[in-house]
Amino acid sequence: MTLSRDQMAIRVARELEDGFYVNLGIGIPTLVANFVPEGMEVMLQSENGLLGMGAFPTEDELDADMINAGKQTVTAVSGSSIFSSAESFAMIRGGHVDLTVLGAFEVDVSGNIASWMIPKKLIKGMGGAMDLVAGADNIIVTMTHASKNGDSKLLEACSLPLTGKGCIKKVLTDLAWLEIEDGAFILKERAPGVSVEEIQAKTQGRLIVPDHVPEMTF
Amino acid sequence: MAGFNKVVDTYEEALAGLEDGMTVLAGGFGLCGIPENLISEIKRKQTKNLTVVSNNCGVDGFGLGILLEDMQIKKMVSSYVGENALFEKQLLEGDLEVELTPQGTLAEKMRAGGAGIPAFYTATGVGTPVAEGKDTREFNGREYLLEESITGDFAIVKGWKADKYGNVIYRHTAQNFNPLAATAGKITVVEVEELVETGSLDPAHIHTPGIYVDRVIVGTFEKRIEKRTVSE
Repeated sequence: MTLSRDQMAIRVARELEDGFYVNLGIGIPTLVANFVPEGMEVMLQSENGLLGMGAFPTEDELDADMINAGKQTVTAVSGSSIFSSAESFAMIRGGHVDLTVLGAFEVDVSGNIASWMIPKKLIKGMGGAMDLVAGADNIIVTMTHASKNGDSKLLEACSLPLTGKGCIKKVLTDLAWLEIEDGAFILKERAPGVSVEEIQAKTQGRLIVPDHVPEMTF
Repeated sequence: MAGFNKVVDTYEEALAGLEDGMTVLAGGFGLCGIPENLISEIKRKQTKNLTVVSNNCGVDGFGLGILLEDMQIKKMVSSYVGENALFEKQLLEGDLEVELTPQGTLAEKMRAGGAGIPAFYTATGVGTPVAEGKDTREFNGREYLLEESITGDFAIVKGWKADKYGNVIYRHTAQNFNPLAATAGKITVVEVEELVETGSLDPAHIHTPGIYVDRVIVGTFEKRIEKRTVSE
């Protein structure tokens, strides 16, 4: 079975540590906030200028001046801070954010990531993604392992224009948890019921399969 | 105007001197903290051929999107665009030029521009299309891009409260790019929800000190919400 979106978020949440400042991208990364372990303190950074993002507001709390980087209305937790976009990206570029989770179209064995531009399709822009991947040391990419046509998104070399070069070390797909080291993907864990063979077949870039690849449990 | 009193009474005065072909820096992120009324005044004035530097370009019929209706914008410098159909159409037909700039680089370009720093090195964009044609240099074993700063003929800014000296505070995440744009305009115009007595704002809590601000005007704001998300 491929991982559901929630299972992917749960798996990513296992990488959280008490006291982490975390930036979550749009999509599956956003769901990670729902699975922060009980008793653990994590502060969510939103790159428009909010450290300590809270839940969506109630109708009564709704405020046009309180939004996140996805432009959704949000609240701020107790102990949060709000600042300019330059300050926000100083945190990101200065390496102060402990974990960044974001989506991608492709990653490759050199740790390159392509996530913002498909030539000949409408280009909307990179937003803060290039800053996030260049600034963070600890990044988890969440993505489907292959496209709907079955084309692998884990490549020897990205085919799309890059978002960042040599910056990705951890990838969670709907099939597997992989790490990138010395020019190869290393298969660390597989989704429940997914065979190593299926992952091999859907990974175009060099893949190293250790003797034992544990199944994730949920 | 006398002394440090920056307050103007009409939007016409607020944007006096804005001419065709100028560069305008605009605060705001999405539709949050955008100088709505100053944008409307640019539309009323029908100033053309503008280069607009703003993280986004509004939506159809609101925010900077209304300046597309009469083709007033020649070039946008933004990190994320295309929330509006008209933008897409003008881009595809070649009526509009776009310089896509990473969000943090855009913020830093304004910050540095306002601080008199003409360029800076950043790791953001190395090895990507953003790096094309730009100098790179290695520091401590890592490659960095040389990015040039941005200043504008005008900066249009949305604040929450200001005093007549032009000291400004912003409300919540409506701060975003506003204090950065405010530093980088030759003429910086701030529209606010409320003009307060001089001395009533805590000096240590001022986001934009009045030295950056040339004109202050009080407006009323629609504050449209782009993505309304609520919980039970």
